Formats: sequence, structure tokens, C-alpha cells
Amino acid sequence: MNRLMLNKTILILSTLAAVIGVGFLFWILITLSYKGIMAIHWTTFTHDLVEGGIRNLLVGQFTMAILASVIAVPVGMMAGIYLREYGHGSKLAAVIRNLSDVMMSAPSIVIGVFVFAILVDPFGGYNGFAGIAALAIMMIPIIISTTDNMLGLVPQELREAGIALGGSKHKIILQVVIKAAKVGIMTGILLSFARIIGETAPLLFTSANNQFFTLNLTEQFPSLTVSIYNLATYPDAPSRDLAWAASFILTVIVLIINLFGRFVVRNKK
Amino acid sequence: MENVVMEVKDFSFVYPGAEKPSLKKITLPVEENKITAMIGPSGCGKSTLLRSMNRIHDLYPGNTYEGEINLYHRDGTKENILKLKKENDFIRLRQEVGMIFQKPTPFPMSIFDNVAYGLRLAGIKNKSELQDRVEAALKGAAIWKETKDRLGESALGMSGGQQQRLCIARAVALKPRVLLFDEPTSALDPISTSAIEELISELKSEVSVVIVTHNMQQASRLSDYTAFMYLGELIEYDKTETIFLNPSEKLTEDYITGRFG
Repeated sequence: MNRLMLNKTILILSTLAAVIGVGFLFWILITLSYKGIMAIHWTTFTHDLVEGGIRNLLVGQFTMAILASVIAVPVGMMAGIYLREYGHGSKLAAVIRNLSDVMMSAPSIVIGVFVFAILVDPFGGYNGFAGIAALAIMMIPIIISTTDNMLGLVPQELREAGIALGGSKHKIILQVVIKAAKVGIMTGILLSFARIIGETAPLLFTSANNQFFTLNLTEQFPSLTVSIYNLATYPDAPSRDLAWAASFILTVIVLIINLFGRFVVRNKK
Repeated sequence: MENVVMEVKDFSFVYPGAEKPSLKKITLPVEENKITAMIGPSGCGKSTLLRSMNRIHDLYPGNTYEGEINLYHRDGTKENILKLKKENDFIRLRQEVGMIFQKPTPFPMSIFDNVAYGLRLAGIKNKSELQDRVEAALKGAAIWKETKDRLGESALGMSGGQQQRLCIARAVALKPRVLLFDEPTSALDPISTSAIEELISELKSEVSVVIVTHNMQQASRLSDYTAFMYLGELIEYDKTETIFLNPSEKLTEDYITGRFG
């Protein structure tokens, strides 16, 4: 009897915990959707921040995230290939792998401070390049880890089969092994992109923000996330509404990238 | 010994970190256009020996070995493959001595590209030559009928038995002198197994075959010569009939009759 009671209690408690967790999630999503959709107007997408829209912010955020990916994807992939295919078992590889794992859990604000010290302070002001660098630093360890793990799933026989046909190691890696791990690596890249597109802390004092449309990376660069942070603290209603709209749009963007990532996996397996 | 295509001589092999050698002074000929089977309980060193014969072990550093493994070229010259050091020499060796693995290893590309892969590595770029040789290889591996209408499709969509025959076609396409089979049917169902066995016995008019197998019936059905190995030593090597019907060593007889192993 006692055992049954305990069983029931735990069942009730864990169900309650799940309901509370999911409840908050829905609360957030519903509030966000309601306030966000109410605040969106077509001018939100056609005007820049200075005129009450987010056009320049979207362009700025995507520009920085895409350019960060252009740096982080090749660097991270090459490092991952080194760890799995060349440095396997070596001391150097073990050190790099550990450092990369530490970097992955480094607080993003710390990365922001670091980039401020080397790319903002010496150059006399906030700039887009610094924001890109901060995002790339966030992204690299994630790409390293995915590449490393996905290459680890490729059966060793596949490499041996390639070598046994007279291939050199680098050719087999580039033409066979990477192809076999392609879907996993692609997904990792998409998810890491979704991660950095919503980052605020690394941008706060690197690229900061810009009310006007610009593609000049040497000056302060428009950012959706930093704008949300700023707008939400303003006292006037239009600013707050715009913050809701921007938050909703950002959530939808991240959601779409995530769903697309899952979709790719499901269809290629 | 003019019909010998490869010969292992006093060959010893030690894995990195291991105290005892995995192979002790092995001497074994590989007869041309014959099938040589290597049998023995797990851990006896038969796969290690097979993998030494095209230096696939060199993927993993730290192995030490001594002795000779000689490959007799078509022009009659002999070459000790353990002396090879340069990347190009390895590539040449592996085009002469191909390998089929336990699990089918199709590359994630089309059926055609799978077979053409080794040919392209060998430097063949001419399209019509590639097409001819892919077709010949697929015919040689008895899989042309099933694949001729789907050459552009991914090889990963084929069944296990088909994939294994594709891997054989891929190796045959290079026109090797020797093909090494490392338990090629142990991951396959009985029907695919008999198809592969039939294919291997047909192949011997073109190539010399060395096959490692756990399946004693397979060894007796397929091979012309059999080597029995135990604990890193070659216990007995002879014609397959002799090994199975009238072995000279007690240990061989015990293993074949299933008293251990």
C-alpha cells in the first residue's frame, strides 16, 4: 500500500512539473504572439528603426550572422576534420577538443568583452566587424563539435574501403567521408546559425546598434536583438510595441531555421 | 614457384602497445588464379595477415613488422611491399591488391560513381573509357542486369547483397592481380551469400583470391588451398582437400571437426 501511494505521489508530482513547464512555455508564446502580431504593421518591414520599423535591423542582423558563418563554418569544419581524421589520439587534439568544449559553454557576454578589448577599443568605436567576430567566436566551437561528432559516426570501414581502392587520405576524407556525414554537419551549421541569430550579449558593446540603414561595417551596425533590448526599456508605448513585434519576428525566424534543420535530417536519413 | 602471385615470408607483426606479436614468422604462398582460404578461431591473426597484404594497416601508426611480403608483377619482377614508403607506391599497390570488407561499404554516391571512383583515382578521365570499364566491372560482378537502368541512383538504396557485389565490382574495375576478402559474407543472408560465393569462384579466372572466413563450409566449398592459423601461427597450409580430409596436424583436425574454436 505504501509503495503504491509513493508511486502515485511521484506520478502526480512529475505530471504537475511537466504541466507547469509547458504552461510557462505556452504563456510566453501566446503573449509574444498576441502582442507581437498586434504591433506588426506593414511599415514595420519597410521602414528603418528611426521611422519606427525594423527593416535595417533585420538586414543588419542577418548580414552579421551570415558573415560570421562565412568565417566560422570553414574554420570550424577544418578544425573538426583535424580532430577526428588527423589528430585522433594525439595530445594536441585532446587539448583542442577540451578547449573547444569549454568555449562552447563560455558566457556570451565574456566573448563580447573580449572582442571589445581587441576590436572596439583599439579602433576607437563600435563597428560591424567586431560584432561579426564575436558571433564567429560563438559559432566556431559548435561547428567544431558537430563536425567532430558527425565524422565519428562514419564507419571506419568506409575510410578503409576508399584507401583500399588506391585513394590518398585527404581525397577520401573530402570525397567520401564528408559526403557520408553531410546531413549531420549541415544540420549542425543550421542550428548554430539559429543560435547566433538570436544573440544579444556579444553584440551589445561590439557592433552596438544603429537607427539608420547601413551596410558599412566600420561603423555601428544595426541589430535586431540589441534594438529589442533598448526598445523594451523605453517608456513610450510605440517603442515597446515595436519591441514586441521584433521579438515575435525573431522567434519566428529562429523557429523556422530549427524546423528546417529537423526537416533536412528527417528527409535525408 | 612460378605460379605464385604473392608470397609471405617469415612475416611477424606487432600491434602498438601489444607485448606479444600477433603474427609469428608466417610463411605462406598465394597461388595465381586460385582461391586461398584462411581459417582459424577469432584472434588467430588471419585478418591481421590479410590486412598486411595491401598495407591497409598503415592507416594506423605504430605497428611494427619484419619479414617479407612479395608481390610478383606481371613482368616477373618481384617487389617486397613492406618496403614501400611513398604515397604513390601505396596507391599503386592497392590498385594491384584490392580488398572487400565484412560489411558492404558503398560510398554515398551513385552506383556508377561508386564503380568509377577507383578508376578516377587511377587517373582515367576519358568518359567513354570510364563507361566501358564500369559496365565491364558490373558485368564481371554479376550485377549488371539489376543496375543497368539505375546507374544514376544512390548506391545506398541497394540491398546488402547487392551492395557487396557492387563493392566487388568496384574492386574488379581496377583489374587487380589479387583480391583480399575479409569475411565478405558474414553480414549477409544465405541467398546473398551463395551469390557472392558463386561470384568469387567465377572471379578466379581473372584474379587470385585470398579469403578470410569463419565459415568452414565456405572454405571447403570455395577454396583451392587452405591455411589454418592459431594464436598467430600458421599451423598448416595445404590443398583444401588435404586440410579437410587428411590434415597432418592434430590441431587442424580438432578445429575442423569442431572440437574447439
